[in-house]
Amino acid sequence: MIKLDVNGKQHQLDVAPDTPLLWALRDTLHLTGTKYGCGQALCGACTVQVDGAPMRSCVTPVSAVAGRRITTIEAVDRDRVGKAVQDAWRKLDVVQCGYCQSGQIMSAVSLLRQNRRPSDNDIDNAMSGNLCRCATYVRIRAAIHEAAKALA
Amino acid sequence: MNTIENLSRRRFLQGSAGLTLGFCLPALAAPVAGPGKAGEGAVGPIHFEPNAFLRIGTDNTVTVLSKHLEMGQGTYTGLATILADELDADWNTVRVEGAPADAKRYNNLFWGPAQGTGGSTAMANSWEQMRKAGAAGRAMLVSAAAIKWNVPAAEIMVRDGVLSHTKSKHRASFGELAVDAATLPVPTDLKLKDPKDFRLIGKQVKRKDSADKTNGQARFTQDVQLPGMLVAVVAHPPRFGATVKSFDARRAKAVKGVVDVVQIPQGVAVLASDTWSAKKGRDALSVNWDESQAFTLGSEEIFARYRELAKTPGLVAHQSGDADQAFGKAARVVRASYDFPYLAHAAMEPMNCVIRLGGDGCEVWNGEQMQTGDQYALAGLFGLKPEQVTIHMLYAGGSFGRRASSHSDYVLEAAHIVKAIDGRAPVKLVWMREDDMRAGYYRPLFHHALEAALDDKGRLTGWRHRLVGQSIVAGTAFEKNLVKDGIDQVSVEGAANLPYAIPNMKVDLHTPKDIPVPVLWWRSVGSSHTAYSTETFLDQVAGAMGTDPVALRLALLPGHPRHAGVLKLAAEKAGWGGPLKAGKPGERRGRGVAVHESFNSYVAQVAEVTVGKDGSIKVDRIVCAVDCGIAINPDNVRAQVQGAIGFALSAALHGEITLKEGRVEQGNFDGYPPLRIHEMPVVEVHIVPSAAAPSGIGEPGVPPAAPAVANAIAAATGKHLTRMPFNPAELAA
Repeated sequence: MIKLDVNGKQHQLDVAPDTPLLWALRDTLHLTGTKYGCGQALCGACTVQVDGAPMRSCVTPVSAVAGRRITTIEAVDRDRVGKAVQDAWRKLDVVQCGYCQSGQIMSAVSLLRQNRRPSDNDIDNAMSGNLCRCATYVRIRAAIHEAAKALA
Repeated sequence: MNTIENLSRRRFLQGSAGLTLGFCLPALAAPVAGPGKAGEGAVGPIHFEPNAFLRIGTDNTVTVLSKHLEMGQGTYTGLATILADELDADWNTVRVEGAPADAKRYNNLFWGPAQGTGGSTAMANSWEQMRKAGAAGRAMLVSAAAIKWNVPAAEIMVRDGVLSHTKSKHRASFGELAVDAATLPVPTDLKLKDPKDFRLIGKQVKRKDSADKTNGQARFTQDVQLPGMLVAVVAHPPRFGATVKSFDARRAKAVKGVVDVVQIPQGVAVLASDTWSAKKGRDALSVNWDESQAFTLGSEEIFARYRELAKTPGLVAHQSGDADQAFGKAARVVRASYDFPYLAHAAMEPMNCVIRLGGDGCEVWNGEQMQTGDQYALAGLFGLKPEQVTIHMLYAGGSFGRRASSHSDYVLEAAHIVKAIDGRAPVKLVWMREDDMRAGYYRPLFHHALEAALDDKGRLTGWRHRLVGQSIVAGTAFEKNLVKDGIDQVSVEGAANLPYAIPNMKVDLHTPKDIPVPVLWWRSVGSSHTAYSTETFLDQVAGAMGTDPVALRLALLPGHPRHAGVLKLAAEKAGWGGPLKAGKPGERRGRGVAVHESFNSYVAQVAEVTVGKDGSIKVDRIVCAVDCGIAINPDNVRAQVQGAIGFALSAALHGEITLKEGRVEQGNFDGYPPLRIHEMPVVEVHIVPSAAAPSGIGEPGVPPAAPAVANAIAAATGKHLTRMPFNPAELAA
């Protein structure tokens, strides 16, 4: 049994310790907002926050995050930064297919928590691990600036 | 497999003329699923359904049923915009639901009696249909109000979901009139709005899927969970054409969670209670492959064959004037040849499909792009009638053509697994990224050879263009409509219909039939390679003529005002001809242009690039002008063009699926890297105001991007790149 703290809720999971957090979230806890894209931390679609820092859940075994504070897209709007990012995403209609956007948003929230006025270069550095095959990058950049403005 | 194809082929009728994607089936029997059954379920009580596309609840909810797949291109929002405008609905109360699979009601009007999404046809084929659907609903609500209030219908106003009669001061919402309206006859004589009265079309409306796609609630196939469902991960053959000789499932079955291991025509499937267990089981499986019939050539060998073929005449796809005579008399001939690799679609959501076999049919959950074809394919396999195949169309996490599988490939793979376990559990087939990237169905590898003849006065008098590449539509239901006199129209689109006024032209095509690599449409299809070769070659010709590339194009475009219109607009907005800010020491900068029509939309782009000393390429800015007829959602037009440019740059800068001894060398995003945010240029999109009927916007932004960038690189370095993806080593100073 592995204890997971996800979005403020405690869970006891009967899964193999090497199970990636991604599949525990999706298949066991049915939190399907976190997506599978590559399984190798190459695309960022599976990004969640562990103790506030972005983490690729597809290569993170559940055993490594037992007892740590995990936040997924389903709870992203529970804090001010997360809500600002979500609002900016909606205001600018960033999404297209939407599959990568949970991961994009989780990475953007982590960036804005650390850096309230990110430059384009800061955004490139923080977001270049998140692929978007629809290439919504123009709007991701604009939405991060928009959220930063709202948080100022 | 053969039975299905034969059955389907026999049933496909000779297509109607002039269709981009002519896909024809006889009319199907009555549907098994009604509106809502296949979607997410209606919100609020249903009282008024004037037609197959509209439902108005007594709670004022306006539900628009989308017959087309939402895969990111904005279709749900676009279709709802058209209908809601004619209905005069309140945009905030409009929701969109995926329509069930039923070609009788929901066929693509450009495809004959078949339902499906593709070829950038969603808005174009639905324009009149959705307007009429909205207008019919409006007329019935107005009639209901006129009867209830005993006032003339002509005096009733409708605005934002509310009907009112000024003189009598009556007011009622859609919901309040829904019950009455439902009892009235559906009008046949409909008056559509004068475009000047549009309140949503052409204005800024918000996407309908933004909220669910930013809080984790949007439902993709990958997210489907059914009671008792098993997840299947498949061991696929290492080469195309290889089959299972034998397999040992002991180690796979020892993995906790693994329930079963079954052989299917596509390989060996491991079924488990969850995805991770299925994947571990698949990886633990040992399979002995029979590769005696497998394809063993590499990409370089295929290119070598194609280059040889290009030395001989192909089937003529277009001929005007006498090209051979023009070349005979030429004072100067410009030549270039081009290589385009296989490309994977690599949608962020790898292919997947959920199928449940029940007593009276089968149920499918899928990012469904080819309803009718998939219904026939599954009916064939399961011994059902097509209408016994119910399809729940979910959001697709991208497609770019991949889910429009004319072979129903991954859908059939899921079905074979369900069949192999006698339908005892619903099955979710999950492809890992490597399965998705190595499974084929690529944009075909192509070789092009171009020649231009200049006469002694330096005028462009002749153009010869030879293409070599596999046919996408051969052997599919699309063949009858899209292969004419041996020429697959989608192989030569953008080349055979080159708009330029060159007096003598010849375009011919070789279609090798001995390459079994599965190929498929990839966002913009033939134009993904023809726009590149024609538009970069024309710049080379302009260089040889000493003419400005924009001036040359404009001179060659009489009678093509929409091409010329976007070209002039893009050039003007980009400051064409004006100075370009110099780069840092050692950097070379350039500006390049391209214009291309695809799917009846016209797009011109001007790119600005910086080439580093080491040959590294940075695309700084792309200015784009687009004419897609009436822009239903201008903001979505901008979004699609921005995204299309990023998609095209992925292929220009990085994208390449290569075979070595028949094996695909790439497996994940490290070997096949799509564009990342730091590589995305600044994009400016300018929309040409138009009163023409809407045409597509999902694909047309793709074709001009790579050639505009290549032409900018040539302007910066003098080097014309003839191979995609670009090789920076060729550009080192």
